[in-house]
Amino acid sequence: MDTLSLLAGGFAVALQPMNLLWALVGVTLGTAIGVLPGLGPALTIALLLPITFSVPATAAFILFAGIYYGAMYGGSTTSILLNTPGESATIITALEGHKMAKKGRAAAALATAAIGSFVAGTIGTLGLTFVAPPLVEFALRFGPADYFSLMVVAFIAVSAVLGTSVLRGLTALAFGILLGLVGIDLQTGQPRFTLGLPELLDGINVIVVAVGLFAVGETLYLAGRPKSEVTLVPLKGRAYMTKEDWQRSWKPWLRGSFLGFPFGALPAGGAEVPTFVSYFLEKKLSKKPEEFGHGAIEGVAGPEAANNASAAGVLVPMLALGLPTSATAAIMLSAFQSYGINPGPQLLQSQPELVWGLIASLYVGNVMLLILNLPLAGLWAKILAIPSPWLYGGILVFATIGTYGISQSWIDLVLLYLIGGVGYLMRRFDFPTAPTVIGMILGPFAEQEFRRAMTISAGDMSTFVTRPLSLTLLIIAALLLITPLLLRLRDRKRG
Amino acid sequence: MQRLAKPETAVAIGVIALGLLALYETTEIPVSPMYAQVGPTLVAYLASALLILLGLGLIVQVWTGLWTSPPEETEVVLDIRALGWLLLGLVLNIGLIGPLGFIPASTLLFACTARAFGSTRPGRDVLIGLAFAAVAYFGFAQLLNINIGESSLLSALLEGGN
Repeated sequence: MDTLSLLAGGFAVALQPMNLLWALVGVTLGTAIGVLPGLGPALTIALLLPITFSVPATAAFILFAGIYYGAMYGGSTTSILLNTPGESATIITALEGHKMAKKGRAAAALATAAIGSFVAGTIGTLGLTFVAPPLVEFALRFGPADYFSLMVVAFIAVSAVLGTSVLRGLTALAFGILLGLVGIDLQTGQPRFTLGLPELLDGINVIVVAVGLFAVGETLYLAGRPKSEVTLVPLKGRAYMTKEDWQRSWKPWLRGSFLGFPFGALPAGGAEVPTFVSYFLEKKLSKKPEEFGHGAIEGVAGPEAANNASAAGVLVPMLALGLPTSATAAIMLSAFQSYGINPGPQLLQSQPELVWGLIASLYVGNVMLLILNLPLAGLWAKILAIPSPWLYGGILVFATIGTYGISQSWIDLVLLYLIGGVGYLMRRFDFPTAPTVIGMILGPFAEQEFRRAMTISAGDMSTFVTRPLSLTLLIIAALLLITPLLLRLRDRKRG
Repeated sequence: MQRLAKPETAVAIGVIALGLLALYETTEIPVSPMYAQVGPTLVAYLASALLILLGLGLIVQVWTGLWTSPPEETEVVLDIRALGWLLLGLVLNIGLIGPLGFIPASTLLFACTARAFGSTRPGRDVLIGLAFAAVAYFGFAQLLNINIGESSLLSALLEGGN
């Protein structure tokens, strides 16, 4: 009951005209960047971080959350019409969705994706509403040592569990932690890793790293590859979902939602895994499995729902624990910092208006997105007609404006392009980039908790293994690290 | 004998080199004895050591053939000309954004990038880049209240006109 009254308070915030407007701007912008290949919510929110200096926190977070949800809707449009996933989480959608489009059923595919996203987004937000408060109750008992160990779990989960290689994931993470260390150490005032450059005393800005890795790196990578002509499947007619489509879609929507949410909420965040699981589940359960691979609507409905529900799930550890498990969540966390708001379990109590306003705006945003995406799908598809020379030219101009605006220093631009070069190498050699961003933003928090724990224990390292909670978390982290290696060894012995 | 994957070896060595640089930089951090237990260097040492170890691990993976790039990466011919245009745009942008201002520097960056992505009409790209940079400058920057400096060439032209 308490949660419901808090949520009602949240709606009072979210339904204020200005906040409705921010939500609308967010979901519209989010859908647009979700549609555009190569642009994602992490990059967009990073570019918009300067807004935190001029608008109230609630408005900024409503905007960011709208972008985040909107990008999940928009990504499916690109997958279905272009067969190029607009987002990594919509790779699976392209499998069946593009086949449907080729058969002239693009409108039905887009509709099941949009309605499925709405169902899943709403179920996921409900999950967030009711899971976050009890999680906070639990987390309030955490001491610094427990917190540090929880962050270790998150670090290992995002870098070693996802992706193709444990070593490369961890390397990306270590690189991020290193980037996060640059600048003056807040506790002792000592400069670290500044290479003697005064520009680096304040540390490396998140915007520079996110924009460098995601925008500059991606552009360099694509420029170096042979340019292939992509064909856009035209969206014609108003052939929305038939009765059979509805019958074949509603169960996958629900199953996808209940699959995606926990995957997102666990510190092993990321929307890719649940979309894969949902796809194979639907293939197994389908009455027409022979249609899979040739445009089965269940293969669009399920993964799309899983993808959106996991987006809501990612917000659970972000809001309840201050623990980002995706690049986008990490950048949102850094926005809290720029408001001087301490993320963590205290957030729900210290900023109820912000948190519940944000959650309520997610319900509102989902309704807006359904309206924006169902009748206007054709309009969004037009964005895809932007020729790639102008698209990437525009991306780099925006990357420059976002970076140069930080301090009007060309050194920031040099740093941006250098990190872009690293991003290129990471893309080429298959290093995941999300651990770098998460390591950079969460690293300083982890160090702070580590030093707090060590101060409390008077420098005794054993505090991390003598506290039961901390020990449990460290064992989980070790299992996350070792299990994939053991599985691989077993596979090799068999093969 | 496995054919040695050269680029992967170079990346692994790069990771080790970064770790060594970080290690050296960590030894340069002055530590007050007050913070000897949990000073500013502990996590820095850990991160440096982790990078070096991971780099060594990557080298082992290359040698044992565990880490190879897929053919879609190794067989592709790098479009050097396109990368060259893109790099030219980036370098020009760094060099010109101070003296000329945001709009002219961004226009050139836009045109060079468009060229890198196969556009063959530089005149048209410059015009579109100019329009785009102006919209970005007046829209995005003013809206977000971020100061990206005067567009000096533009203001000089405007003043010259008046």
